[in-house]
Amino acid sequence: MLEKSLKGNLGYWAWVLFLLGIIGVGAICYVVQFNYGLGATGMSRDVTWGVYISQFTFLVGVAAGGLMLVLPYYLHHYKDFGRITILGEFMAIAAVAMCLLFIMADLGQPMRALNVVFHPTPNSMLFYDMIVLNGYLLLNLICGWVILHSEYKGIKYPGWVKPFIYISIPWAVSIHTVTAFLYCGLPGRHFWLTAILAPRFLASAFAAGPCLLMVIALIMKQTTQFNVGQKAQDKLVTIIGYAALLNFFFLGCEIFVAYYSDIPGHKHTLDYLFFGLTDHATGETYNNLVPFMRASVIMGFTGIGLLFVSRAKQSDALLAVSCILIFTSFWIDKGLGLVLGGFVPNGLEQITEYVPTPIEIGVTAGIWATGFLIITVLYKIAISVKLENEKTA
Amino acid sequence: MDSSRRKFLKIAGISAVAGIGAPSALNMLMKSDVQASSAGGAHGAQPDAHGAQGGHGAAPAGKRYGMVIDAVKFHETPGLAQKCIDACHSYYNVPDFGNKKDEIKWLWQEPFMNAFPDESHYKKDDGLLSMKFMVLCNHCDNPPCVRACPTKATFKSAEGIVMMDFHRCIGCRFCMAACPYGARSFNWRDPRGTMDGVPFIKKVNPEFPTRMRGVVEKCSFCALRVTKGQMPLCVEATGDSKAMVFGDLNDPNSEVSQVLKARFTIQRKPSLGTMPSVFYII
Amino acid sequence: MYDAGKIIPGLIIFVGLMLFAIFNNAGSKVEAPKLEKPVGVKECVKPVKYMKESHMELLNVWRDEVIREGKREMIEVEGKLYEKSLQNGCMRCHTSKKKFCDVCHEFASVYPYCWDCHVAPQADMALQEAK
Repeated sequence: MLEKSLKGNLGYWAWVLFLLGIIGVGAICYVVQFNYGLGATGMSRDVTWGVYISQFTFLVGVAAGGLMLVLPYYLHHYKDFGRITILGEFMAIAAVAMCLLFIMADLGQPMRALNVVFHPTPNSMLFYDMIVLNGYLLLNLICGWVILHSEYKGIKYPGWVKPFIYISIPWAVSIHTVTAFLYCGLPGRHFWLTAILAPRFLASAFAAGPCLLMVIALIMKQTTQFNVGQKAQDKLVTIIGYAALLNFFFLGCEIFVAYYSDIPGHKHTLDYLFFGLTDHATGETYNNLVPFMRASVIMGFTGIGLLFVSRAKQSDALLAVSCILIFTSFWIDKGLGLVLGGFVPNGLEQITEYVPTPIEIGVTAGIWATGFLIITVLYKIAISVKLENEKTA
Repeated sequence: MDSSRRKFLKIAGISAVAGIGAPSALNMLMKSDVQASSAGGAHGAQPDAHGAQGGHGAAPAGKRYGMVIDAVKFHETPGLAQKCIDACHSYYNVPDFGNKKDEIKWLWQEPFMNAFPDESHYKKDDGLLSMKFMVLCNHCDNPPCVRACPTKATFKSAEGIVMMDFHRCIGCRFCMAACPYGARSFNWRDPRGTMDGVPFIKKVNPEFPTRMRGVVEKCSFCALRVTKGQMPLCVEATGDSKAMVFGDLNDPNSEVSQVLKARFTIQRKPSLGTMPSVFYII
Repeated sequence: MYDAGKIIPGLIIFVGLMLFAIFNNAGSKVEAPKLEKPVGVKECVKPVKYMKESHMELLNVWRDEVIREGKREMIEVEGKLYEKSLQNGCMRCHTSKKKFCDVCHEFASVYPYCWDCHVAPQADMALQEAK
């Protein structure tokens, strides 16, 4: 089945080469970082996690978002998702692979990464994160590959994958819950110390994941003969819309609690993210994330609005724009603000800002490109099989 | 494939997985058991009611080393704080990178507002607000960093000291996110390097290792010296001034326990329930 | 088998290449490395044979005992007390890393990361500075 990925037109190969180029640049950047140490990044004693961990957090969401495509099909027998369920599973594979790469890129001693296995520590949330992430990767590899392979051979998938499919559904929830627990269980980090962090993560995940998938599906509709179908598209719009609204509802809850209770610790980070924070000792104001966070809120609401317009008008172009807006909005919210904001102010109420270095951005781009390469290859296989089957059928 | 062969392969596969998994799972359970029992005492002794005030959580059995820092004495003796910091940083080969981003520190000074951000500083006397407080790892009785560490590279010793095992640290910096006191530093670059020909470690102490890049470090309460019956270096540097008193908090007759009984002291962020072992006379 | 004509010669060439180093060096004499032994002391903390074969395991055990388990008692050999420590124990007698550790490690092509953190004895530092 893998050979399907080796037959493609010029556009396909140009895209693959482009991704390989970025991966190459990322690899070179990583070598620089490996030799110098993590000081090659913008992280500091006060902001100890940067874009790597924030991308990881966001991508766990994208992986978990695959659930929104798997669940209706397998649990509710929603037949219109027949063509995109496999895409959801394959997107999850790529996203989890990126997560693991981002964690490796973030380790100070990557050669010792296996210490997590050699010295298992059940009181650490990172231990569970390792289990759920690798487990989810394996589950999706099994389900995705076996089901597609059966389709390739023109038979129904074997019964033994069914339990794996059913396990993968709660498992998707678990990966993002555990990832939220990494943050919300830490004393003294007020911004993260909230019980709705996991629900908030899930809501944004269930919007961002399907958004990415929708954009890819629309691109494929233009460039290949593969069409996920209008009904599936409409259903996805509903899912994205509700999840995105829920995300903003949760954000609103956070804002209410912080500002109505008026407890300084609860307000500091939100102040920093949306208005800028002034250091009383020096009088200096720190606000480098403010434009991003405000843009995130505006893009999110515009995206949701356009989403419903696009549905009424049945416009694919508008749909693509709204999905890109929502995806970008949530990427800023979780992929920048959530992790970086949590460190401002630090435990001593001092403010240190973080700006990623070019090396760091290079590694990040390289890992994203790796993820897109995995998606490209897997989707190429999946749609080749699907299209071939339809021809013979 | 006939059915008996398939069955055989299934059973072989499952038992192989179980065979690989079982010993490590068992190992894990046993280890966590040991950990639970050493920490358990400390939890048991904490009544639920102590909640918001946190306070002087005490383990009923075994040792729990702690420290009282007399901020007034440090304020009255200029240069004493620096003497302690130098004693610590020079012995432990703590590098000086000359910038804030890469900074590594085990023991340093902070103003009242930063050392105790949860305390009111409204209309406090100028003396207090201008004072600098020695801050270091609190060697919490309920350390969040130990809870977060995925490899047990940081752990609580039988003497209540929160230790770092530099050999095991993978550099994930989860402990740094977990520490509410900013007591931990990361080796963002090789501490043995140089800048313009000047080494980051001015003079290497051959009695203690340096670190390598990519691991976290912090104050160790001089655990290896304490074993030999010596005082931590910072305490030793304060001489007879009693600006720092170190000892076993679980021993009611120890000097540190006596000072705590006689004087009013505060801890950093007691409401978080970490039960710090460092106390301040203000 | 398809393409047996290509696969079998290919395999033979591959195996031959892999085994070349062994054939090439077979029978030739290699001198064992000569280490500088401590002066004035006869016995180590364990028998010489054990130290030759398993010193790395002992160091691992010491590391865990000293750092993690709090077993920091001294070890007595020939009436002298030694710390369970690489820097403050072993290297007190074996005063040169270059003439002791490195000689064998380089011969065996092993590069343990001990010295990334642990500080080599003063003699080596002086040697390095002289260079």
